Amino acid sequence: MCSLCSFFKSTIGRKILMALTGLVLVLFVMGHMLGNLQIFLGAEVINAYAYKLHHLLPAAALWGIRIFLLGSIAVHIWAAVTLTLDNRKARPDRYDDDKMVQASYSSRTMRMSGIILLAFIVFHIAHFTARNVPGMQYEEAGVIEPTMVPLVKHGEVVVKNGHPVDTFNVNDMMVDGFQVWWVSVFYIVATGLLCMHLTHGVSSMFQSVGLRNALWRKRLDRVALVYGWVVFLGFAVIPLSALTGILKKDPTGGLPVAAAEITETLHK
Amino acid sequence: MEKTMNLTIRVWRQKNRLDVGKFAEYKLANISEDSSFLEMLDILSEQLVADGHEPVAFDHDCREGICGMCSMTINGIPHGPESGTTACQLHMRHFHDGQTITIEPWRAKPFPVIKDLVVDRTPLDKIIQAGGFITARAGSAVDANAMPIAKGIADYAMDAAACIGCGACVAACPNASAMLFTGAKVAHMNSLPQGKAEKDRRTLAMVTTMDGEGFGGCTNIGECEAACPKSIPLDMIAHLNRDYAVAQMKNFFKPVA
Repeated sequence: MCSLCSFFKSTIGRKILMALTGLVLVLFVMGHMLGNLQIFLGAEVINAYAYKLHHLLPAAALWGIRIFLLGSIAVHIWAAVTLTLDNRKARPDRYDDDKMVQASYSSRTMRMSGIILLAFIVFHIAHFTARNVPGMQYEEAGVIEPTMVPLVKHGEVVVKNGHPVDTFNVNDMMVDGFQVWWVSVFYIVATGLLCMHLTHGVSSMFQSVGLRNALWRKRLDRVALVYGWVVFLGFAVIPLSALTGILKKDPTGGLPVAAAEITETLHK
Repeated sequence: MEKTMNLTIRVWRQKNRLDVGKFAEYKLANISEDSSFLEMLDILSEQLVADGHEPVAFDHDCREGICGMCSMTINGIPHGPESGTTACQLHMRHFHDGQTITIEPWRAKPFPVIKDLVVDRTPLDKIIQAGGFITARAGSAVDANAMPIAKGIADYAMDAAACIGCGACVAACPNASAMLFTGAKVAHMNSLPQGKAEKDRRTLAMVTTMDGEGFGGCTNIGECEAACPKSIPLDMIAHLNRDYAVAQMKNFFKPVA
């Protein structure tokens, strides 16, 4: 057997792949959370951030990153599914008196939290990236395109080649999206499950690549717990703030009132 | 005066590999709290024989916690409720009067039940055969103290070598993974100078055999460590993962076997 084949076939090889792809996703969620929290700095900031994400790199590179992230998820799931099937085969019978001595709840429910997270990721991408969830198109009935607003920097409209630069009004998309109560509940539940998944995963990935011992297990378990909770609170606070009205819509995209009126007339 | 107890024993009875097997319930009276768990089973067997029934078959040998033969899941925990204790070293004082004790064989696909509580643990031997040795000419071994080994390394290898190969790790694992067993053997051999020469070949061969014998993968939940009568730590699994990653990396560029 070729050496790479034996690596992919072995239980340890697949666990190493799960750890490495897990690391990519662990770092991604932290970046994503920090990025999202900019909504609390105002529409100007979050819209400019979204514009930067879309335009900082050429389109090909942006797609490269997207494919890398989706690929990581795919490999993570492939390893999880094939290992789970192998594990089930290895232990077909349960004990009559089945009990765990010390295994944490989150470590035993990785598959459950993972499957629900996958459903969430599909919904989340359809919701905000593809924007094709029926009834949630952030506009008057039937219009699928989200609101475009001028890109604002230091209270002024950014002009490129004599035209004001348009960008998605991410602020309003998020506030609108989260004003649907069950969507917000789904987001909060999903980030709660993400917290559970990370509580085990962030420490477990070090074990899978062999970088853990008894002392570091204790430390990394604590790091994982804190990491999971930080990610949960950082994500959950946004739908919660939108629901409770702390976050408000800003149809101007963050322009001061006077400037907003001027651009509006310019657009006409 | 010694205390005695009356117990209800629910034990797995299975005639042979092909039999489906089921629980049987027996009443036992006046069991001394000073008797060991296996002595309690001996008393049960004598009672069964006296009544004209087959005794309960179970593995046992040294009865002092070092041979790794005894293998039974007591109330859902391999080797019973006491941590770092084999079933033979478990005493009835850890149970109470009137208790129902459920005794099952190791449950794992690679460990088929031979009879009652006896399972076939040959797959663990196959893992050892794949790499749990050093290659040396018989009769040519130098004196052990002729080769200086740092105290820390010797202690670590000794901790790993404490594994008695009973299979409780496999029995405790919801995936029937043999990673703690294989990890202990790999960590033991790979960290000593005598074993270093064949480190990569050994690691790959033992893991391939482990997977081939039908053991599951590790999900890092730590139940094996908790059930291990020799308290082999999860560190050994991390060691195995580390050595495996290195061996695969080397093998990719230049075959190690």
